[in-house]
This record gives sequence, C-alpha cells and structure tokens, in this order.
Amino acid sequence: MNKVMSPSVAIKKVKSGDTIMVGGFGLVGAPLTLIEELLKHDSYDLTVISNNLGEPGVGLGKLLRQGKIKKAIGSYFTSNREVGDYYLQGKIQIELLPQGTLAESIRAGGAGIGGYYTKTGAGTELAKGKETREIDGELFVLEKPLRANVALIKAHKADRLGNLVYYKTARNFNPIMATSADYCIAEVDEIVETGELNPEEIVTPHLYVDAIVLSAYTLTKEGVVPR
Amino acid sequence: MNGEDAAKHRIAKRGAAELKPHSIVNLGIGIPTLVAKYVNDPTIYFHSENGLLGVAELEDEKDYDPQRVNAGKLPVGEALGASYFNSSESFAMIRGGHIDVAMLGVLQVDEQGYIANWAVPGQNIIGVGGAMDLLSGAKKIIALTNHTDRKGNPKIVKKCTFPITSLRKVDVVITDLAVFEYRDGGLVLTELMPDSSLEKVKAHTEAAFRIDEKLLQEVNGS
Repeated sequence: MNKVMSPSVAIKKVKSGDTIMVGGFGLVGAPLTLIEELLKHDSYDLTVISNNLGEPGVGLGKLLRQGKIKKAIGSYFTSNREVGDYYLQGKIQIELLPQGTLAESIRAGGAGIGGYYTKTGAGTELAKGKETREIDGELFVLEKPLRANVALIKAHKADRLGNLVYYKTARNFNPIMATSADYCIAEVDEIVETGELNPEEIVTPHLYVDAIVLSAYTLTKEGVVPR
Repeated sequence: MNGEDAAKHRIAKRGAAELKPHSIVNLGIGIPTLVAKYVNDPTIYFHSENGLLGVAELEDEKDYDPQRVNAGKLPVGEALGASYFNSSESFAMIRGGHIDVAMLGVLQVDEQGYIANWAVPGQNIIGVGGAMDLLSGAKKIIALTNHTDRKGNPKIVKKCTFPITSLRKVDVVITDLAVFEYRDGGLVLTELMPDSSLEKVKAHTEAAFRIDEKLLQEVNGS
C-alpha cells in the first residue's frame, strides 16, 4: 500500500460538513502545507478541532477569513483576535475547552474511551451544563471524547509505512490527533525507507497513518516560507 | 529598564526565591516567564505545557530554533536532560500532581484565595489555555502580579468579579508591594517588598488580610 501522495490528492478526503483535527501549538507543529491546500479545496461548514486558529491571516487564520469554519473547538483563540470578532458577529461557533481537557478528549477519542471525569474546570463557567460528580471528596466534570473525520497533522519524519517521529515542541497535539480520526494525513519534512527509523524511537506507529505528504512550507524566524 | 519593567523583574526575582532545589516548575505567560532568569539551580526543571520538560534560557542566538518554544510561543533553549512529549502526556503530568509549583499571572485574586486569570467579560479574547489544568493539579500555586491593574485598581480584591479559574485556592501571592500567603482561610501579609510600606499595601489592597506576627514585630520595631 502506497501512502505517499501529493497534498492536493490527500486533501480531497475533507468534505463539506466534516469535523477535522489540525495539529499545532500556534504555528509550531501545524501542518502548514495541508492548511494551504485546504484553502484551495472546496469544503465548507467545517468544524475545526485545534488548540488555536493560527494568527490573523496566517495558518488556520486564513481558513477563518475564507468563511469555511462553522465551528471551532480549542483552548486558546487569544492568539488570533479575529476569532473573537467573528464570534461576536455570529459568524462562527466556539467551544472553549481547557487545554488539558482538549488533549485528553482527543486521546480518549482515539483510545475508545466513552468519557472521563476531570477536576479541571469544575465549579467554573466552562463546566456549566456538564455533569459533575464528587469523587473522594473532590468535584469532577464529565468530559466526552473528541473524534474527527480527518486529522491533518505534522511530523518530522515518516517511513513509507507511515511510522512517525517528531521534532521538539512541534510534537504537541499531533500524535494524539493521529489516533482520533477516521483518516489521518501526516505532513512531514522527510520521507525515509521503511526500516530506517529506529523502532525504539517511533512515536506514532504506522497503523494510525493513512496518507503521507511532503511538506512544502517551513516555519522560520521570518515566518512561514516555502522550503 | 523602565519603572514598570523593573517592578516586574523584582516580582520575578522574589518568585525565584520560593523555589526549592529539585523542583519541577511550570511558568505561566507574563511575569512568571521572567523567573527563569533568576534561577541558577540546575536541579530545578521547568515544564512547559506545550510538551517540554527542561526549558532553558536561550543563551546564544545560534541555538535559536523556531520549533522550540515555551507556552507563550517564545523561543527557548533546552536544559541538559530535557525531554519532549505530546500535549496529553503534558497535561497528565499537570493534573496528575507531578508539577511541584505553578507560577502564574492573575487578573484578580480574592480574600477567599480564588484566582481569576482567564476571562474578562465583554472582551473578545477567547482563551483559557492551561490555566485551569495548572490550578487543578500543581502542588503549589504562586501568583506573580502587579499589585494594581493599569488603571490603578486593586487586583487583590474582596471577591473576584471576573470568572474564577478553579475552586483550587492560591498558596502565595507576590506583588511589587508585598508577599501574601493563603493560610487558615484567609490572606496573610508576610513580607513587604523594597520601598513598600504597610500603609501603601493597605491603600492598594481591597481584600481583607491579616498581618503575620513576625512582620508586625519588624514593622513596629523599626
């Protein structure tokens, strides 16, 4: 099975109305090439699960400006103030989750867990409308798993099977998002032959990965530039 | 350095003095980030929620790496023995009680010890980040903040008017004027910062607080 394909072919998996997960902590570890491809792709009314929506007019911030995002689920939209403007104008729905809850719900989604109780957020505005339960004298909130139709993730290297290794803090949400979507597209800086990655160092085993694309953009001091 | 910056650095330096050897410490955005500049103990490891244990100051421009950032998305260095991990593991460390100290900035802290540091009603900034997780899981919570906001309003208030971050209460509050500990259900003033005075602290604090016995003796004795 050949998983290596062009970004334009891989992105066709995203359909209007889909829920997609997009890796990255801001632009660090974001699949910049796949995001660029998504901008050219005809898919609307997307629900985007991502920690942030990029920066104003950068990364997922571009997709926001195109009006393709119906709903965003994340923890920190502060880095793109346009998200707040769109929200106040009723152009986008927002579901704000504590960052650890966002991460754990994604993990749960990929691990077949139907829900879990966390202390985080108990007794705050973000727990409103959610079931709470006292466990051993402490208040916990029931949180549900998150899943997506397609995950767009960024890794450092892939072998041809789809085993992945990551690079520094560009790892962040990517390995868990790989587990929690029906179809996972991994954008990578380098593709090596199967067997070249040390089995002890593989972070994402290949069974999670459906497509591999080579990165055309990179994040530098000057911002996002073609490689 | 202007006066405002100098005050922030004084707060950060005092914050650093709270850290014991072999601690695992998470530094929030703002004044807490400056704390690392005042810590010289290699046994103290800084945790960053975006997936790095062993955050170090970026000593040399040539070590700059755009893919290595802290939670404030600022470029950082890597300590000897550093490790990287995914976001779910990082927050398992936080919620699971593996972080000894979380230092965080606050919008308000009140006399019951509640912290508000994630939302200002009516402002279109939508973000919570790791604030709620850190409060729910870190063993010790130290708030580092200016004593008053930009308009001069007290930040240490009777009751938070902004939404609270957690039911978990603060342990220590360090400002440009004073240090408070949350003890026996209330705030206790334990220390005056340089160039501060009891009168100044009283004038700029809305919350009720007790004064630590030892500090009271020092103040009365001088």
